[in-house]
Amino acid sequence: MRFRNLTIGQHIPGDSPIHRLDPRTKILGTALLIVLLFSVDGFIGYALVALAVAAVIHLSELPWRFVIRGLRPLMVILLLTVGLNVFLTEGEVLFRLWFLTVTREGLVRGLMMGTRLILLILGTSLLTLTTSPIQLTDGIETLLNPFRRIGVPAHELAMMMTIALRFIPTLLEETEKIMKAQMARGADFQSGGLMQRAKSLIPLLVPLFVSAFRRADELAIAMEARGYRGGQGRTKFRELRFGRIDAVAMVLSVAFTVLVGVLF
Amino acid sequence: MSIRLENVSYRYLEDTPMETTALAEVNLEIGEGEFVGIIGPTGSGKSTLIQHFNGLLLPTSGKVWVDGVDLAHKDTQLRIIRQKVGMVFQYPEHQLFGETVLEDVGFGPQNGGLPAEEVEQRVRRALAYVGLDFEELKDQSPFELSGGQKRRVAIAGVLAMEPSVLILDEPTAGLDPKGREEILDEICALHKERGITVILVSHSMEDVARLVDRLIVMDKGRVVLDGTPVEVFREADTLRELGLGLPQVTELMHELKAKGLAVNTDILTVEAAEEEIARVMGGQR
Repeated sequence: MRFRNLTIGQHIPGDSPIHRLDPRTKILGTALLIVLLFSVDGFIGYALVALAVAAVIHLSELPWRFVIRGLRPLMVILLLTVGLNVFLTEGEVLFRLWFLTVTREGLVRGLMMGTRLILLILGTSLLTLTTSPIQLTDGIETLLNPFRRIGVPAHELAMMMTIALRFIPTLLEETEKIMKAQMARGADFQSGGLMQRAKSLIPLLVPLFVSAFRRADELAIAMEARGYRGGQGRTKFRELRFGRIDAVAMVLSVAFTVLVGVLF
Repeated sequence: MSIRLENVSYRYLEDTPMETTALAEVNLEIGEGEFVGIIGPTGSGKSTLIQHFNGLLLPTSGKVWVDGVDLAHKDTQLRIIRQKVGMVFQYPEHQLFGETVLEDVGFGPQNGGLPAEEVEQRVRRALAYVGLDFEELKDQSPFELSGGQKRRVAIAGVLAMEPSVLILDEPTAGLDPKGREEILDEICALHKERGITVILVSHSMEDVARLVDRLIVMDKGRVVLDGTPVEVFREADTLRELGLGLPQVTELMHELKAKGLAVNTDILTVEAAEEEIARVMGGQR
């Protein structure tokens, strides 16, 4: 019930070189990282990528402890992936553990999959940690703009994302409040069988939906009252600027991706 | 049914950079049958405090006893405590969920394991306490009622558990003057007729001055003042510093005194003020 400890999608403000990069640079950089992680094969390649990610974390001036903590919610998936790869890959048998066999190929695959996942999570959480939600959606909007001609509603998508992100903490707070109110009336969300538990959620979910719709309604009215008419002709208080630091970062990441991707 | 807090502190987000202390070393005892008001500026820890009274929050350090039972003890059945210490949150109508008023108001007693006929009896009584008609409303959807009626139904949902302590967090916020008056009168009647302990969190100095026997003032997670309303409102300077002020009539009496009229400033209601001014002016009205 401690929703407050959630770190996914959290943003830590700061003034490091990484924070100051244009969000478009960071989004494209993250995309390159993902491409790279799936094209690299072999330990030297992974080591190089890990080094690069470590360098970026260092540059971001975020506490290491905090960045690493982002892995915690995905621990189960991580362990499962590594475990399945280690135990289920066929090949040269190294040793047997009760009914499990560990093969050389399995060990290598498991380790690589694990590293790949860890780097993937670290890299993408760096993006959200160093970029405010507004910057992020601004970046996505401008990146999607060229595709408007083929019918991609860039502005609307970005606006929906902004609003969704903005309301995650609000809805969590609301959930906690309603849970407490129902617990004060003797509701029990934790015991009983599956059916019992599903049923016990009704007193939580009904008010939550009612309030979400009420909020949506109020927000829409407030936005229109402040002159919102969609993306057409909207100007921005903070213009995105692709500066020299972005050019350098972009050139470096593309070069790194091509080099490591081709060589390893 | 008494509530006792000993050295209670509560910290949100402990061991993170965002740690904040919401309650600091609170010592408090609320006896059976008291009518207590809790006031304090926003963020002073009122809501955190009252959530300790029924174990929705457990103290980071310190102890809470309800009726001699230690709430943090592992054998304590918090569900039973919560049936005895009823709590009405701010905007309680936001927690309505039932398809019918009967289902919603009956939720508490039903969780308490009572048979259906007893639940219905309780719902009937609870609705009567808040001035609503059982026969007329029981099969209606609570979502189709007016704002004031929704509020009453939600309060009835807590009363239906027939708690011996009733905690209300700003029960009249957002209601019109008539609705406010009625709901407060109903709470007052409950206290007088059934002798239950009432703890009322409020922002209205007028309401607490008129209703409660004891007033607790919170600031920055501490209890700053604790006494009868007359005693508390004597500390006008402290209250103003906290941004709370006095009831309007009390303020008026203070100003009259400052202007040289020898009035008693321990006045909390318009009627008392009228009498006092008449007395000082020599009986002419």
